[in-house]
Parts: sequence; structure tokens; C-alpha cells
Amino acid sequence: MGLDIRWPIGLMFSLIGIILVVYGAITGKDAEMYQRSLGLNINLIWGALLLLFGLFMLVSAKLAGNAQKKEEK
Amino acid sequence: MQLGVIDYVIMLIYVGAVLGIGWVLRVYMKTSSDFLTSGRSIPAWVTGLAFISANLGALELVGMAASGAKYGIATAHFYWVGAIPAMVFLAIFMMPFYYGSKARSVPEYLNMRFDYRTRCLNSISFAVMTLFSSGISMNALAKLLHQLLGWDYNASLWICSGVVLIYVLKGGLTSAIYTEVLQFFMIVLGFTPVVYLGLKDVGGWEAVKTQLTQVAADPAALDLNTKSFGPDAWTSAWKPLLGGPESNPMGVDLFAMVFGLGFVLSFGYWCTNFLVVQRAMAAKDMGAARRTPLIAAIPKMFFPVLVILPGMLAVALASMGKDNYRLPPRIIDTSDYAPVIAVVQSADAANVDAAFNEIADIVGYKMSKEKVASIIQDNAAGSLSQQQLKDRIQDAVVENDYDGIILSLVKKYCPTGLLGLALTALLASFMSGMAGNVTAFNTIWTYDLYQAYLVRQKSDAHYLWMGKVVTVAGILLSIACAYFAKQYNNAMDIIQLVFGFVNAPTFATFALGMLWAGTTGTGAFVGLLLGITTSAVFHSLTLAAGNVPGLKGGYIAVVKTFPSEMAQNFWLAAYAFLVCFILTIVISLVTKRTKTNEELKGLVYSLTPKVVDHEQNWLLRPAVLGVILLIGCVILNWLFW
Repeated sequence: MGLDIRWPIGLMFSLIGIILVVYGAITGKDAEMYQRSLGLNINLIWGALLLLFGLFMLVSAKLAGNAQKKEEK
Repeated sequence: MQLGVIDYVIMLIYVGAVLGIGWVLRVYMKTSSDFLTSGRSIPAWVTGLAFISANLGALELVGMAASGAKYGIATAHFYWVGAIPAMVFLAIFMMPFYYGSKARSVPEYLNMRFDYRTRCLNSISFAVMTLFSSGISMNALAKLLHQLLGWDYNASLWICSGVVLIYVLKGGLTSAIYTEVLQFFMIVLGFTPVVYLGLKDVGGWEAVKTQLTQVAADPAALDLNTKSFGPDAWTSAWKPLLGGPESNPMGVDLFAMVFGLGFVLSFGYWCTNFLVVQRAMAAKDMGAARRTPLIAAIPKMFFPVLVILPGMLAVALASMGKDNYRLPPRIIDTSDYAPVIAVVQSADAANVDAAFNEIADIVGYKMSKEKVASIIQDNAAGSLSQQQLKDRIQDAVVENDYDGIILSLVKKYCPTGLLGLALTALLASFMSGMAGNVTAFNTIWTYDLYQAYLVRQKSDAHYLWMGKVVTVAGILLSIACAYFAKQYNNAMDIIQLVFGFVNAPTFATFALGMLWAGTTGTGAFVGLLLGITTSAVFHSLTLAAGNVPGLKGGYIAVVKTFPSEMAQNFWLAAYAFLVCFILTIVISLVTKRTKTNEELKGLVYSLTPKVVDHEQNWLLRPAVLGVILLIGCVILNWLFW
């Protein structure tokens, strides 16, 4: 039906990923804050992973959309 | 715990995404079938992930971590024994009838196969059950958010429900299914870092095992259990079961586990519960419908890592005493502080026994005598402030609040940022469960009750309107149930008990209906009713050790005592199933069939042409996929033997 679910999933995770990466980069020096996460800058690391996942979803939605258009032609 | 701006931003992005999906889909909602059954148009990977996500409500997340702490790795039986085999069975044997019959719901299939009586029984009990289970889960989550994050109970309840209402109302079942897929990824990606950090903190899986081995010898130290067990009680899935109910913390024997849970309860849930089956019925073709439960089974197999492991990690951390971590204690009701403080202040420091008993009575939870005594003594030596008193009184509670484990780990490991993500995952699980219940409820109401018995032969536009009205009504009723659950905890236990009675024998009716053409309408209906009666009678005659006769069973007489409530439930299911199964056969043999072979074509195994798998790729054929999954399941059981 009308909407490829990979678009909203990809958009949402890319956006959250970017926010976490930026936030992680800004707060990276705050050792006290990252004591909770065992000294890892988990925002930066996990944000990057979410961004990758989001982009993967977007690309695969785009490719699927192109393939469908070709078929229709 | 303080949430930063960034945490709220992440939550808002998520809310924006689910509302956006509903908004985009609104233009496609033209007929009642678009709204209530998705017009059978969705690809298998989407329905598959929605299938598992609708099942993965907040109660499952919270409850499985709780069981992971109480029972250890054996909790995984709810997945590897109690889910995967039934999901494979649904895909291979049952989906062809559900999907092929063109029924729009599970009760409608019952009407085609038997008659209006079984349909009526099934649809009414299911409709009421969805409302209550959604209410129970809403109440549990709002309470948790209130106690642990200080959020307002009413606000959490109404805002979350409002979001679900908007996207379901806009985009119907399609919207629910699409958001469930998004929620699936949210839950997995939101909790994985928490589990990873917990595992790293304990020192890896081997370290978890070492800790839990120590815990097994003396679980009373953490108030987990009063008995002591063999070293592998928390870390092996099967060995403690083989030793009998006395040697595992679940208190369950092998037969109850394999037959009661693995066969009766699990097949009854996965193969007949419209909440999950509806997702598969929305798939675009027969192949996709049959692949739905199989695709769902792949993540389901690995979910124990996400939902059970946190409970085990919490126990390991508490046993190490790392950073003073302890299993979250029960939260004292705020109105209880004043009387407790009054007792502390008037107590005689030399003789604390009387004061301790009085305090424990007011609080209603198990308290540590030493800690209470030291509060009284410290207070007598130099007056403690109100806040100090409150904190220390709360600290003196030793009874565990297992449902708080997940949030306690989120609090412990998540800095601002990740915190927002993990809490969003929790909210997502809550919404996916609720949307699942609401979309199942509105379909059952509109097609199986309203159209079938109340207002027939109206235009489709009328039923589309009804579907939308009942979506709003369903959400409002769930909210009412949540408040009811908050007020009358005991009444809720009774209601859940009754649903347990109704569910236990159901699979016998479906299995016989699908596999044996001789099953008659009367046989099915009377057999099912007597099966339900058997559950009720069984419950009134048995009791679990440690419980008093009453709500927990044995109120007529105690004929048999089981080592645990879980064992009582599993055995109840086994008996109810067998009675329903045997009586349905016997009654069918003596009553007349009302449906001809021609009418039963497509509804019964022997009268339906075999489904030919058209997939070019043999790997995608249901039978092949099913076998691969079952082998995977056996390997997992063997690894954690």
C-alpha cells in the first residue's frame, strides 16, 4: 500500500543517529557523564550505528522504488 | 533521574514518525476492508516483523526481565519451547485455512467451519480480553513511569493512548502494522546498548554464569527464593527441569513444561489468537501469509538476549554488589511515609521489635529488621531530616520489585542521549502492544459482532464508519480498564484468571476443526464449553504451595498441591485441552454434521487441495524455512542445555 515503510524508518533513525553523534561529539570530554556507560562515548558510537542503519534503510527504499518504476515503464 | 532536552527530542522524533505514517496512509482508507484488514496488501517481511512486535508489548519486556531474574535461563522456554514450534505449525498447517478461507478474522473462520455459537463465544471473550489486557499493560507502564521517573500517571496514560488513537484512526490496520515494524527496530536498537553495557560491566557471559552459580546456592540472600538449588539452576535451561520441580526455581516438571506450555498454551496462543494471526492475514498473498510467522520466528528466537538476559544481568550485578547495585525494591506508597515516620520517632531505641512489626505492617512489604533498627537508633541519637528518613525507610524494603529491573538498568547505564533512546524503546513497546489490541478489537467488533448479529446488510461505508467509531471507543475502554486495574488489583486477577480458563482448551477446537472433517458444530461448541468448565473446576480443586485457598485456587477443596503457580497453570492447561479434545471427538461422533464436504472445502485439511508453493527460490518455501527454524531452535536448546 502506497508507502514503503523503509522511508519513515530510515528517516527516523538517520535523524536520531545524527543527533546522538553530534551530541556525543560535543559532550565527549565530559568524563563524568560517560562514567555511567563505563567510560565509552556511547552516544557517539551508537548514534553512528543508528545513522548507518537509517541510511541503509533509505538506500534500499530508493533502490526498490527505482526498480518498481522501471517495471512500470 | 533527570532527562535532558535531547532525550525529549528523541521521543518527539519517534512520535512524529508514527504520526507521520498514519497521516501518509490516511488517503488509502477508502473501504472497511482497507481500514480493518489492510485490504490484504502487505509484503511478508513487514507483516512478519509486525507479528512479533504486536506480541512484544511493554508487559512482555518488563515481565520477561522479571522472570529472567527469578528463574534464569529457563525463562527462554517461553521462546524456544513455547513459541517457535507453534509459529512454524501456524505457518505450515494453519495459515492455508485462515488465509485461504477468505475469513476476515479468526472468529469468522470458526463461523465458516462450525456455526455461530463458537464464533460468538470466541469473539466476545476475545474482544473483552483485548480491552482488559491492553488496560492492564497501560496501567503497569504508567505506574512504572510514575514511580521510577516521576512522570504523571494520568499524563503518561492519556498522551500515549492519544498517539496510538491518532495513527490507528488515520491509517487503520496498515498504520498499526507499519508502525509496529518501526517500533520493532526501535525496541531492538534502543535496548541493545543497555544489554551490551550490562554484559560488559559484569565481565562477559562466563562471569554472569559464575555469579549466577553462586546465587543458586543461596538465592535467599537476594530475596529471590527461599530454597537453595544446584549450581546450574539459573544457567541451564533443561538440566534443572530434569531434576523435578524441587530442583528448579520455576517449580515445574518436564511434562508440564513440554506438554502444558510447549504444546497446549503455546499453540493455543500463537495459532488461535487473532491479535497475532491478524497480521499474517493482512499479507498480500498466501505465500506471504505463510512466511509471516516464520519471518517473525527469526527475531523471536534471539529475543531472550534482549529481554531475559537483562534480568540475569541484574541478579549478577546485585550478587557482585557492584557500585552498590541492588535489585529494585518495591516502592513505598507515598501516603505511608507519614505514619511510618511517626512510628520511628516515637519508637523506643532499646526495643525495636514492636516498632519494626508496626512499620512492616503499614508498608505491607518485607522489610530488613537491621536497617529499620538502625534508622530508629540513628534517629534517636540525633534527629534525621524528613528526607533522610524517607530515603532510608525506602532503602529498608527488601522485597524485590522485579518489574522495575529493566528501568533500573536503563537508569544505571544510560547517559543523557542514550537514555532518551532507551525510554523511547519502552514507549514503543507499549504502543505496539496497545495498537495491536485495538486493531484486533475493532475488527472483531465490526465484523464478528456488529455486522454478524446487530446491524446486518448495511453499506460498506457504514461499517467503515463503525470501525472508526469503535477504534475510539476501544481506546477509551482500554483507558477505563487501566483505571479499573489501578483501583481493583484483585478484580483484575480474577478477570485474567477467567481468560486463562477460556484460552486453555481453545487449541483443541481449532486443531480438530482443521484436521478432521467429522468435527461437528455441536461437538466443537459443547467440547469447548466443557473444556473451559474443566479449567475452572481444576482451578477450584488445586493450589500452589505457599498460597492460601481462594483467588489462587482450591476454594472448593484442595485435592492436589503443586510446587508453584506456574506448574499449576501448565497442568490446568493440559487437563482442559485433553477434556476438550476428547469430548469434542465423542460428541461429534454422536451428533449430525450440518456442513457438507463441499461447504468445508478450504476449511479442513483433508478436503482442501494442497497449497503448491510457487516460490522459485526453494529456500523461501514455508516447509523448508520451518525446518531450518526448528533446527536452529534445537541448537539453541542444546547450547544452553
